Amino acid sequence: MTGRTYPDETADSFPKPPISLTDAEGREIRIEESGVADFDRLVEMYDAFDPADRAQGIPPVKEEAVREWLDTLLSEESVNVVAVHDGSPVGHAILVPDSEVAYELAVFVLHDYQSAGIGTKLLEALLGSGQAADVEKVWLTVERWNEPAIALYKKLGFETSNAESFELEMAIRLS
Amino acid sequence: MQAGSFLRPGVASSGMKVLLGMGGSPDGFDALEETLARARDAGDELTVAVLDTSDDHDPDDVESEIRDRVDEAGVETAVTQLPGHPGSQLSQFAEREEFDRIVIGGGQRSPMGKIELGEVAEFVLLNADTTVTLVR
Repeated sequence: MTGRTYPDETADSFPKPPISLTDAEGREIRIEESGVADFDRLVEMYDAFDPADRAQGIPPVKEEAVREWLDTLLSEESVNVVAVHDGSPVGHAILVPDSEVAYELAVFVLHDYQSAGIGTKLLEALLGSGQAADVEKVWLTVERWNEPAIALYKKLGFETSNAESFELEMAIRLS
Repeated sequence: MQAGSFLRPGVASSGMKVLLGMGGSPDGFDALEETLARARDAGDELTVAVLDTSDDHDPDDVESEIRDRVDEAGVETAVTQLPGHPGSQLSQFAEREEFDRIVIGGGQRSPMGKIELGEVAEFVLLNADTTVTLVR
Protein backbone atom coordinates (compact mmCIF):
# COMPACT_ATOMS: atom_id res chain seq x y z
CA MET A 1 0.00 0.00 0.00
CA THR A 2 2.85 2.39 -0.53
CA GLY A 3 2.60 5.72 -2.28
CA ARG A 4 -1.16 5.97 -2.76
CA THR A 5 -2.25 9.51 -3.52
CA TYR A 6 -5.75 10.98 -3.68
CA PRO A 7 -7.02 13.80 -5.90
CA ASP A 8 -6.83 17.22 -4.23
CA GLU A 9 -10.30 18.10 -5.37
CA THR A 10 -13.47 16.61 -4.01
CA ALA A 11 -15.63 14.74 -6.53
CA ASP A 12 -19.10 15.88 -7.60
CA SER A 13 -22.13 14.91 -5.62
CA PHE A 14 -23.46 11.45 -6.58
CA PRO A 15 -27.10 10.30 -6.53
CA LYS A 16 -28.23 8.27 -3.56
CA PRO A 17 -30.19 5.03 -3.89
CA PRO A 18 -32.91 3.96 -4.39
CA ILE A 19 -32.64 4.60 -8.13
CA SER A 20 -34.85 3.06 -10.81
CA LEU A 21 -33.70 2.68 -14.37
CA THR A 22 -34.48 0.89 -17.59
CA ASP A 23 -31.28 -0.73 -18.83
CA ALA A 24 -30.07 -0.91 -22.43
CA GLU A 25 -31.95 -4.21 -22.87
CA GLY A 26 -35.22 -2.69 -21.67
CA ARG A 27 -35.12 -4.37 -18.26
CA GLU A 28 -36.47 -2.56 -15.20
CA ILE A 29 -33.65 -2.34 -12.68
CA ARG A 30 -33.79 -0.93 -9.19
CA ILE A 31 -30.68 0.06 -7.28
CA GLU A 32 -31.00 -0.20 -3.51
CA GLU A 33 -28.88 0.05 -0.41
CA SER A 34 -27.83 -3.34 0.84
CA GLY A 35 -25.93 -5.04 3.62
CA VAL A 36 -25.83 -8.04 5.95
CA ALA A 37 -29.59 -8.62 5.52
CA ASP A 38 -28.94 -9.50 1.86
CA PHE A 39 -26.37 -12.19 2.69
CA ASP A 40 -28.32 -15.15 1.29
CA ARG A 41 -29.44 -13.34 -1.86
CA LEU A 42 -25.88 -12.27 -2.53
CA VAL A 43 -24.57 -15.81 -2.04
CA GLU A 44 -27.04 -16.86 -4.75
CA MET A 45 -25.89 -14.07 -7.05
CA TYR A 46 -22.23 -15.02 -6.64
CA ASP A 47 -23.07 -18.68 -7.20
CA ALA A 48 -24.35 -17.61 -10.62
CA PHE A 49 -21.30 -15.44 -11.32
CA ASP A 50 -19.34 -16.41 -14.44
CA PRO A 51 -15.86 -17.55 -13.31
CA ALA A 52 -14.48 -15.94 -16.49
CA ASP A 53 -15.52 -12.54 -15.10
CA ARG A 54 -13.49 -12.91 -11.93
CA ALA A 55 -10.71 -10.45 -11.22
CA GLN A 56 -7.72 -10.76 -8.90
CA GLY A 57 -9.08 -13.88 -7.24
CA ILE A 58 -12.56 -12.60 -6.42
CA PRO A 59 -15.33 -13.53 -6.16
CA PRO A 60 -14.34 -17.00 -4.96
CA VAL A 61 -15.75 -19.87 -7.01
CA LYS A 62 -16.96 -22.41 -4.42
CA GLU A 63 -20.06 -21.56 -2.38
CA GLU A 64 -18.35 -22.18 0.94
CA ALA A 65 -15.60 -19.73 0.00
CA VAL A 66 -18.20 -17.22 -1.24
CA ARG A 67 -19.93 -17.40 2.15
CA GLU A 68 -16.68 -16.89 4.01
CA TRP A 69 -15.75 -13.97 1.76
CA LEU A 70 -19.14 -12.23 2.09
CA ASP A 71 -19.08 -12.85 5.82
CA THR A 72 -15.94 -10.70 6.04
CA LEU A 73 -17.15 -8.02 3.63
CA LEU A 74 -20.74 -7.44 4.76
CA SER A 75 -19.88 -5.82 8.06
CA GLU A 76 -21.61 -2.82 9.62
CA GLU A 77 -18.70 -0.68 8.43
CA SER A 78 -18.95 -1.51 4.73
CA VAL A 79 -21.20 0.37 2.28
CA ASN A 80 -23.25 -1.79 -0.11
CA VAL A 81 -25.64 -1.29 -3.00
CA VAL A 82 -27.32 -3.90 -5.18
CA ALA A 83 -28.96 -3.78 -8.59
CA VAL A 84 -32.16 -5.83 -8.49
CA HIS A 85 -34.07 -7.30 -11.45
CA ASP A 86 -37.22 -9.40 -10.99
CA GLY A 87 -36.59 -9.53 -7.26
CA SER A 88 -33.03 -10.88 -7.44
CA PRO A 89 -29.69 -9.08 -7.24
CA VAL A 90 -27.86 -8.98 -10.56
CA GLY A 91 -25.12 -6.58 -9.47
CA HIS A 92 -23.37 -5.62 -6.25
CA ALA A 93 -21.02 -2.77 -5.46
CA ILE A 94 -19.22 -2.34 -2.17
CA LEU A 95 -16.89 -0.10 -0.18
CA VAL A 96 -14.79 -2.00 2.38
CA PRO A 97 -12.82 -0.10 5.04
CA ASP A 98 -9.05 -0.58 4.99
CA SER A 99 -6.68 0.06 7.88
CA GLU A 100 -5.96 3.64 6.81
CA VAL A 101 -9.33 5.41 7.10
CA ALA A 102 -10.02 4.85 3.41
CA TYR A 103 -12.26 2.38 1.56
CA GLU A 104 -11.54 -0.16 -1.16
CA LEU A 105 -14.15 -0.35 -3.92
CA ALA A 106 -15.30 -3.29 -6.02
CA VAL A 107 -18.23 -3.85 -8.36
CA PHE A 108 -19.67 -7.08 -9.76
CA VAL A 109 -22.36 -7.49 -12.41
CA LEU A 110 -23.71 -10.84 -13.63
CA HIS A 111 -22.60 -11.64 -17.17
CA ASP A 112 -26.05 -11.31 -18.80
CA TYR A 113 -26.46 -7.86 -17.29
CA GLN A 114 -23.12 -6.42 -18.34
CA SER A 115 -22.73 -3.68 -20.98
CA ALA A 116 -26.27 -2.45 -20.30
CA GLY A 117 -25.43 0.62 -18.23
CA ILE A 118 -26.08 -1.06 -14.87
CA GLY A 119 -22.49 -0.94 -13.65
CA THR A 120 -22.29 2.83 -14.14
CA LYS A 121 -25.49 3.47 -12.18
CA LEU A 122 -24.44 1.00 -9.52
CA LEU A 123 -21.14 2.80 -9.04
CA GLU A 124 -22.80 6.24 -8.94
CA ALA A 125 -25.25 4.99 -6.31
CA LEU A 126 -22.43 3.40 -4.31
CA LEU A 127 -20.47 6.65 -4.29
CA GLY A 128 -23.69 8.51 -3.34
CA SER A 129 -24.17 6.12 -0.41
CA GLY A 130 -20.54 6.62 0.51
CA GLN A 131 -20.97 10.39 0.56
CA ALA A 132 -24.07 10.00 2.75
CA ALA A 133 -21.99 7.86 5.13
CA ASP A 134 -19.23 10.51 5.24
CA VAL A 135 -16.70 8.33 3.43
CA GLU A 136 -13.83 10.57 2.36
CA LYS A 137 -11.35 8.49 0.43
CA VAL A 138 -11.95 5.54 -1.90
CA TRP A 139 -9.47 3.49 -3.91
CA LEU A 140 -9.56 0.48 -6.19
CA THR A 141 -7.31 -1.70 -8.27
CA VAL A 142 -8.09 -2.68 -11.85
CA GLU A 143 -6.32 -4.86 -14.38
CA ARG A 144 -4.29 -2.69 -16.73
CA TRP A 145 -5.84 -4.22 -19.86
CA ASN A 146 -9.40 -3.51 -18.67
CA GLU A 147 -9.75 -0.25 -20.60
CA PRO A 148 -13.56 0.05 -20.47
CA ALA A 149 -13.47 -0.15 -16.66
CA ILE A 150 -10.60 2.32 -16.41
CA ALA A 151 -12.46 4.78 -18.69
CA LEU A 152 -15.58 4.48 -16.53
CA TYR A 153 -13.68 5.08 -13.29
CA LYS A 154 -12.04 8.14 -14.85
CA LYS A 155 -15.41 9.47 -15.93
CA LEU A 156 -16.63 9.14 -12.34
CA GLY A 157 -13.67 11.17 -11.09
CA PHE A 158 -11.10 8.54 -10.17
CA GLU A 159 -7.46 9.35 -10.86
CA THR A 160 -4.47 7.02 -11.07
CA SER A 161 -3.04 6.84 -7.55
CA ASN A 162 -0.24 4.32 -8.01
CA ALA A 163 1.00 3.18 -11.40
CA GLU A 164 3.91 1.15 -10.07
CA SER A 165 2.21 -2.02 -8.91
CA PHE A 166 1.02 -5.04 -10.86
CA GLU A 167 -2.53 -3.71 -11.13
CA LEU A 168 -3.46 -0.11 -11.83
CA GLU A 169 -4.57 1.66 -8.69
CA MET A 170 -7.06 4.55 -8.82
CA ALA A 171 -8.51 6.82 -6.13
CA ILE A 172 -11.21 9.45 -5.57
CA ARG A 173 -11.94 11.97 -2.82
CA LEU A 174 -15.66 11.89 -2.02
CA SER A 175 -16.01 14.51 0.68
CA MET B 1 11.31 -53.67 -25.52
CA GLN B 2 9.81 -53.87 -22.07
CA ALA B 3 7.15 -51.37 -21.16
CA GLY B 4 8.44 -48.47 -19.13
CA SER B 5 12.01 -49.60 -19.41
CA PHE B 6 13.34 -46.18 -20.06
CA LEU B 7 11.17 -44.30 -17.64
CA ARG B 8 12.80 -45.77 -14.60
CA PRO B 9 15.60 -43.48 -13.43
CA GLY B 10 16.73 -45.22 -10.26
CA VAL B 11 13.35 -44.66 -8.55
CA ALA B 12 13.55 -41.72 -6.10
CA SER B 13 16.24 -39.34 -7.30
CA SER B 14 13.76 -37.34 -9.40
CA GLY B 15 13.58 -34.28 -7.13
CA MET B 16 14.29 -30.80 -8.42
CA LYS B 17 16.73 -28.21 -7.26
CA VAL B 18 14.34 -25.67 -5.76
CA LEU B 19 14.93 -22.09 -4.55
CA LEU B 20 12.27 -20.50 -2.33
CA GLY B 21 12.52 -16.72 -1.93
CA MET B 22 10.68 -15.06 0.95
CA GLY B 23 10.78 -11.84 2.94
CA GLY B 24 8.83 -12.63 6.09
CA SER B 25 5.22 -11.94 5.09
CA PRO B 26 2.53 -14.59 5.76
CA ASP B 27 2.25 -15.70 2.13
CA GLY B 28 5.99 -16.48 2.19
CA PHE B 29 5.59 -18.73 5.22
CA ASP B 30 2.63 -20.46 3.56
CA ALA B 31 4.86 -21.07 0.56
CA LEU B 32 7.56 -22.43 2.90
CA GLU B 33 5.17 -25.01 4.37
CA GLU B 34 4.04 -26.18 0.93
CA THR B 35 7.55 -26.29 -0.41
CA LEU B 36 8.85 -28.29 2.55
CA ALA B 37 6.00 -30.78 2.16
CA ARG B 38 6.74 -31.16 -1.54
CA ALA B 39 10.46 -31.47 -0.93
CA ARG B 40 9.82 -34.30 1.51
CA ASP B 41 7.56 -36.15 -0.93
CA ALA B 42 9.52 -35.53 -4.11
CA GLY B 43 13.06 -35.48 -2.76
CA ASP B 44 13.74 -31.90 -3.85
CA GLU B 45 17.01 -30.27 -2.97
CA LEU B 46 15.71 -27.15 -1.23
CA THR B 47 17.33 -23.79 -0.58
CA VAL B 48 15.48 -20.94 1.15
CA ALA B 49 16.68 -17.40 0.44
CA VAL B 50 15.72 -14.68 2.92
CA LEU B 51 15.07 -11.49 0.96
CA ASP B 52 15.50 -7.95 2.16
CA THR B 53 11.96 -6.85 1.30
CA SER B 54 11.08 -4.12 3.75
CA ASP B 55 11.73 -2.52 7.09
CA ASP B 56 8.82 -4.53 8.53
CA HIS B 57 10.82 -7.74 8.78
CA ASP B 58 14.33 -8.14 10.14
CA PRO B 59 16.12 -10.73 7.95
CA ASP B 60 17.84 -12.33 10.98
CA ASP B 61 14.49 -12.86 12.71
CA VAL B 62 12.98 -14.23 9.53
CA GLU B 63 15.94 -16.58 9.07
CA SER B 64 15.64 -18.00 12.57
CA GLU B 65 11.87 -18.48 12.15
CA ILE B 66 12.56 -20.32 8.89
CA ARG B 67 15.18 -22.54 10.58
CA ASP B 68 12.60 -23.44 13.26
CA ARG B 69 10.07 -24.43 10.61
CA VAL B 70 12.68 -26.40 8.68
CA ASP B 71 13.74 -28.29 11.82
CA GLU B 72 10.11 -29.09 12.61
CA ALA B 73 9.61 -30.42 9.09
CA GLY B 74 12.80 -32.46 9.27
CA VAL B 75 13.70 -31.73 5.66
CA GLU B 76 17.32 -31.03 4.86
CA THR B 77 17.34 -27.41 3.68
CA ALA B 78 19.93 -24.72 3.10
CA VAL B 79 18.97 -21.27 4.39
CA THR B 80 20.75 -18.15 3.18
CA GLN B 81 20.25 -14.39 3.17
CA LEU B 82 20.26 -12.39 -0.06
CA PRO B 83 20.75 -8.71 0.69
CA GLY B 84 20.07 -6.06 -1.94
CA HIS B 85 17.25 -5.70 -4.46
CA PRO B 86 15.15 -8.77 -3.65
CA GLY B 87 13.76 -9.65 -7.08
CA SER B 88 16.99 -9.23 -8.95
CA GLN B 89 19.11 -10.96 -6.30
CA LEU B 90 16.78 -13.94 -6.27
CA SER B 91 16.68 -14.24 -10.08
CA GLN B 92 20.46 -13.96 -10.41
CA PHE B 93 21.12 -16.41 -7.59
CA ALA B 94 18.80 -18.93 -9.26
CA GLU B 95 20.69 -18.64 -12.54
CA ARG B 96 24.14 -18.68 -11.00
CA GLU B 97 23.43 -21.77 -8.91
CA GLU B 98 21.46 -23.48 -11.70
CA PHE B 99 18.21 -24.03 -9.85
CA ASP B 100 15.38 -25.81 -11.69
CA ARG B 101 12.70 -23.67 -10.11
CA ILE B 102 12.05 -20.52 -8.10
CA VAL B 103 9.15 -20.62 -5.64
CA ILE B 104 7.57 -17.47 -4.20
CA GLY B 105 4.47 -16.64 -2.16
CA GLY B 106 1.21 -16.03 -3.99
CA GLY B 107 0.60 -12.51 -2.76
CA GLN B 108 -1.28 -10.80 0.03
CA ARG B 109 -5.00 -10.06 0.12
CA SER B 110 -6.47 -6.57 0.02
CA PRO B 111 -9.35 -5.67 2.40
CA MET B 112 -11.68 -6.70 -0.45
CA GLY B 113 -9.96 -10.07 -0.70
CA LYS B 114 -8.23 -9.27 -3.98
CA ILE B 115 -4.88 -10.91 -4.51
CA GLU B 116 -2.13 -8.33 -4.65
CA LEU B 117 1.08 -9.49 -6.22
CA GLY B 118 3.98 -7.70 -4.66
CA GLU B 119 6.92 -6.01 -6.27
CA VAL B 120 9.18 -9.04 -5.79
CA ALA B 121 6.69 -11.42 -7.42
CA GLU B 122 6.24 -9.11 -10.39
CA PHE B 123 9.96 -8.66 -10.87
CA VAL B 124 10.74 -12.37 -10.63
CA LEU B 125 7.88 -13.44 -12.91
CA LEU B 126 8.92 -11.00 -15.61
CA ASN B 127 12.69 -11.13 -15.31
CA ALA B 128 13.84 -14.54 -14.10
CA ASP B 129 15.07 -17.03 -16.69
CA THR B 130 14.16 -19.79 -14.27
CA THR B 131 10.65 -21.30 -14.12
CA VAL B 132 8.65 -19.69 -11.32
CA THR B 133 5.97 -21.25 -9.09
CA LEU B 134 3.54 -19.01 -7.19
CA VAL B 135 2.15 -20.85 -4.19
CA ARG B 136 -1.60 -20.39 -3.55
